[in-house]
Amino acid sequence: MDKKISVKVCLGTTCFVMGSANLQELIETVPAKYGDKVDVSGVPCLGLCSIDWEFSKAPYVKVDDEVIKEATVEKVLKAIDEKLK
Amino acid sequence: MAMNTPRQTSHIKREILVRLIKAFYSDNFGENARLIPYKMRPKDYEVAYRCCVYKERAILRDRTIAGLGLSIEDTDDSIHMAELAEKVLERKQPEEHPLTVLQTACKGCVPSRIYVTDLCQGCVARPCVNTCKFGAITVKNGKSVIDPEKCKNCGMCAQVCPYQAITKIIVPCESACPVGAIAKDENGHARIDFEKCISCGKCVSACPFGAVHEKSQIIDVLKQIKAGKKLIAMVAPAMFGQLPCSPKQLKAAIMELGFADVYEVAQGADVTTKNEAEEFEERLMKGAEFMTTSCCAGYNELVDKLVPELKPFRSETKTPLYYTAEIVKKEHPDAVTVFFSPCVAKRREALKNPDVDYVLNYEEVGAWFIARNIKVEDCGEAAFKTEASAEARNYAVTGGVANAVKSLLPEELPTYPVVIDGLNKQSIRDLKKYAKNGVCELGNLIEVMACTGGCLGGNATVNAFKPALKQLTNYVNESKHLKETEKVENK
Ligand code: SF4
Ligand code: SF4
Ligand code: FES
Repeated sequence: MDKKISVKVCLGTTCFVMGSANLQELIETVPAKYGDKVDVSGVPCLGLCSIDWEFSKAPYVKVDDEVIKEATVEKVLKAIDEKLK
Repeated sequence: MAMNTPRQTSHIKREILVRLIKAFYSDNFGENARLIPYKMRPKDYEVAYRCCVYKERAILRDRTIAGLGLSIEDTDDSIHMAELAEKVLERKQPEEHPLTVLQTACKGCVPSRIYVTDLCQGCVARPCVNTCKFGAITVKNGKSVIDPEKCKNCGMCAQVCPYQAITKIIVPCESACPVGAIAKDENGHARIDFEKCISCGKCVSACPFGAVHEKSQIIDVLKQIKAGKKLIAMVAPAMFGQLPCSPKQLKAAIMELGFADVYEVAQGADVTTKNEAEEFEERLMKGAEFMTTSCCAGYNELVDKLVPELKPFRSETKTPLYYTAEIVKKEHPDAVTVFFSPCVAKRREALKNPDVDYVLNYEEVGAWFIARNIKVEDCGEAAFKTEASAEARNYAVTGGVANAVKSLLPEELPTYPVVIDGLNKQSIRDLKKYAKNGVCELGNLIEVMACTGGCLGGNATVNAFKPALKQLTNYVNESKHLKETEKVENK
């Protein structure tokens, strides 16, 4: 149970324009809130946006293996809380 | 401060732009444009915001109309979308006023009024009843009730209630507008009074329904590219804080869209700085008490339309865009020029300047990259032919313009910069006062920015303010100071 949760915020062009620009704050707030239980970083294109029309579901965030579509700060925090339960 | 908060409405607006651009590149523009609302809300779609899928589609159709650069208010519902799209291809010039309101989206937003909440205790003191000068409040069944016929919206009752049980319901666009240009009409639909509107874009950012749209010129630009014209992009400094890439990668990415070259508008900002510094010194010598800058299009609209008494105090120097466009047209008389803008106000400025053919904002450019599958972070690097100074690149940040001008002024000249960081009702009152008194107690070089934070806080930016500032500042820090570049030129 001491494996860290990994949070990857996609900062590729598509996600960035569709809203992950506003998720960058997670990179500061998540460590402040969860300490070393969670590893958070901005990452290049996760490769999810170019499949068919999936750009419209951007921005994407990955919490461990779970893909969050149309991610918002609230959705990401909720997913982390679920994992920590 | 509400600078660039994440919004579901921006997501919808950008998604429509991407789909429109993809439709343009497809083999049937009209039909694919028509299908946008259906693709976004297919039959089995779980309705997210409105009563039913049909209403949502109707609203998406209207948003697409704004994406086509048309006025939503003036477009006939019964015209087939494909027909509208095809017609736009024949348009010679963008429409005059850059904003349009999607009035069907306004319905959910109640008119501004004073409202008694459940917190009302029906207290004995009843300060509300006694305070109301218009006799609009009575107590019925142990609760205060406001008679809407008599209420004048003064808000006095809200101030005196010991339980804070009375609140003023605000209309976001109305309270954001610094000049009272937008208001709900009798039908509850917001309307912009274009005589007053200074195109500051604050209503665009403020509306929680995303009802205020810019009329996009993206189709006009795509048409020029398709026709094989030579297009030149002129990129405002704020853009270098917008996307996840370096400035040189951004240039390469823009060229991949089909542009022949990219100029930094900061190049023109260097001319603005030099002229404005000379002008300021001259004015002071002649005994002037203060001068305001003249680079912000929103501020210029304010002065020209609503506060003419500021005209004598505003610098005569032209904007960075003006000088940049002049340089570009001189070097490439055959080019079509496109300005990449952080805000809606620059659309008005461009309309008045024959050297600027089109304007795209950062949402539109971002959508274009997505539609063409261009990943800016993977692009190579392309260098700018003329490098702008650090001061010019910092024009996008509040305080940056005044600083640039000051950097060229002689030390002994008494220069006291003042920064108006965003136009609002209060700062407009202040400016009027300076004009009336002919003096500003706070200083003599007044920089005015319509947007809080400067252009980085513009309504059509993509990046959040803080990271944008960090990214742009890195660029500024690796640039040469204007004074150094001056020396080289004079040698
Ligand atoms: S904020 Fe203004 S534009 Fe937006 S829904 Fe309300 S009335 Fe309409
Ligand atoms: S653009 Fe600015 S001036 Fe015009 S209606 Fe909107 S808030 Fe008011
Ligand atoms: S940019 Fe985020 S998945 Fe491609």
